[in-house]
Amino acid sequence: MFETASTTPEKLLQMLSALLLFAAVMGVILFIASRVRGKRSDNWVGYLYLLPVVVLLAVGLVYPGLRTVYESFFDAHGEEFIGVDNYKTILTDNDQLVVLGNTIIWVVLVPPLATAIGLVYAILVDKSRFESFAKALIFLPMAISMVAASVIWKFVYEYRVNQPNVNQIGLLNQIIVWLGGEPVQLLITDTGRLNTLLLIVVFIWIQAGFAMTILSAAIKAIPDEIVEAARLDGVSPWSMFFKITLPSVRTTVVVVLTTLAIGTLKVFDVVRTMTGGNFKTSVIANEFYSQLIRADNQGLAAALAVVLFILVLPIVFYNIRHVRREA
Amino acid sequence: MTATPVATTPELKAPAPSASAIAKKRLSSPWASLVAIVVAVLWTLPTFGLLLSSFRPEMDIKRTGWWTFFSDPQVTLDNYRAVFDEETGVNLADFFVNSLTICIPAVLIPIALAALGAYAFAWINFRGKNILFLAIFALQIVPLQVTLIPLLTIFVKIDISGTFWPLWLAHSTFALPLAIYLLHNFMKEIPAGLIEAARIDGAGHVSIFFRVMLPLLIPALAAFGIFQFLWVWNDLLVALVFAGGGDEVAPITLQLANITGTRGTAWHLLASGTFVSIIVPVTVFLLLQRYFVRGLLAGSVKG
Repeated sequence: MFETASTTPEKLLQMLSALLLFAAVMGVILFIASRVRGKRSDNWVGYLYLLPVVVLLAVGLVYPGLRTVYESFFDAHGEEFIGVDNYKTILTDNDQLVVLGNTIIWVVLVPPLATAIGLVYAILVDKSRFESFAKALIFLPMAISMVAASVIWKFVYEYRVNQPNVNQIGLLNQIIVWLGGEPVQLLITDTGRLNTLLLIVVFIWIQAGFAMTILSAAIKAIPDEIVEAARLDGVSPWSMFFKITLPSVRTTVVVVLTTLAIGTLKVFDVVRTMTGGNFKTSVIANEFYSQLIRADNQGLAAALAVVLFILVLPIVFYNIRHVRREA
Repeated sequence: MTATPVATTPELKAPAPSASAIAKKRLSSPWASLVAIVVAVLWTLPTFGLLLSSFRPEMDIKRTGWWTFFSDPQVTLDNYRAVFDEETGVNLADFFVNSLTICIPAVLIPIALAALGAYAFAWINFRGKNILFLAIFALQIVPLQVTLIPLLTIFVKIDISGTFWPLWLAHSTFALPLAIYLLHNFMKEIPAGLIEAARIDGAGHVSIFFRVMLPLLIPALAAFGIFQFLWVWNDLLVALVFAGGGDEVAPITLQLANITGTRGTAWHLLASGTFVSIIVPVTVFLLLQRYFVRGLLAGSVKG
């Protein structure tokens, strides 16, 4: 049951036995809960129901989280205490500074751009005949894996040497050639952070659908009376947008921005699949993985994870406070 | 962390024009339509290009761009055959099975646990309830990365690394805080009278949970289940860390990432492989769009 299953029947059998084991555990809990009697029975049933949850979270989330903080003060193999050296490395080492800088570029660009595109598109297709189809087109990238999205965009960014008998197979380079330019090694060129910006395009492509969906719901929730009154006053389309639509969905915009910021800070799949973090494109979440698996530097990986946590915290608090205030 | 405070009711077919509709109409419709169409095309073209590529012969894919298809249409299913073929070493069928084997328990287990836990928080009075709920709520902010290194050590120590167990356990655990929070909010909405009536009839918390609560919970369970399914199916990070060692347990995303890394020039395999990997999420999306969007709205900040 706990061995490696290598054939399909073995795998399915292991899955089935895992589910049966789980069902048995649940059965025992429910059986005991149904037998509990007496004045304090509610207390006991409550604890019983939460027992598996608390055990899993304590062992799988709380302990590992604290342990990672602890390990971030140790060397590559967790043997020697080195104080804050790992954090020093993150803040002073040239390669690590590129990682930090890239992460900042990502967080500054992705949330506002994805939100703006999502908002404009949501407004443009609102109440149109093809609304749901138009929305599905933008939303679809959100449903597929970021690995698949990255492969799709690798086809757009692919580069072929500029020779008479060689054709470009990447759409972007072909367009450059059609316009009379020289093809560019798009994912390798880090001049002006070109490759990082192109990765950001992919992520915006993935996330705009999320922004659009949420903002579209918010737009539809604007009370008709307000809209009608403004219309009777004969306001221009622009002031309709800036004085009615935008203020009405302001809270939602903040929620979308912060949510995207949190997601962007943790971006990993796109960078890892498209460049592997090479050519100066790495970001914190990717560097965490590289240090952990490739560079075998557990201490630095732990410190990077903690830094990620620290960066996420203020955004989360802002997000929660904003939502709470409105709710 | 927080569920987005958004009315996720399916779009009502309200006859009254909305603010944006008016703004749009005034924005001289042709321009508005043009912008919308440009965005829609930009968003669709990359995927369309890859889809078309996946049906072109290998040599064509490697020598010319997909747009040459329109001047020289060649269609083949060879690329799809190749990703399932033993000889190419891609064997996507195996990884497809792995993805399913990972997903099913990784969806069912957290849902069952969270439903039970959420019920306790919503309808049972026990000491320390509020503190515990707050603690679990707060755990939503922990990024996955923070937990991975110690978890890996634990899984090696108890000798289950290289099996499906680390993936089942990790995905189930990571899902719990959000699942409990969402299901709790949903259960709180259920009228207390229903539960009290059942209690007066002598029903205990076990039978109330199964007979009263569960049937009402189905839409919420479905929404979260679909969200969790796609999250696990599309995951790369957890798979890389816990299943990076061997092909036996690696999901389809991992194999796709591997082909990209080691065989970045095998464009024909990448194109068809990508479409095999997105069949499941796209089908789920198209069939269960409403549930999916609802789950996504609620769970967008997970992980």
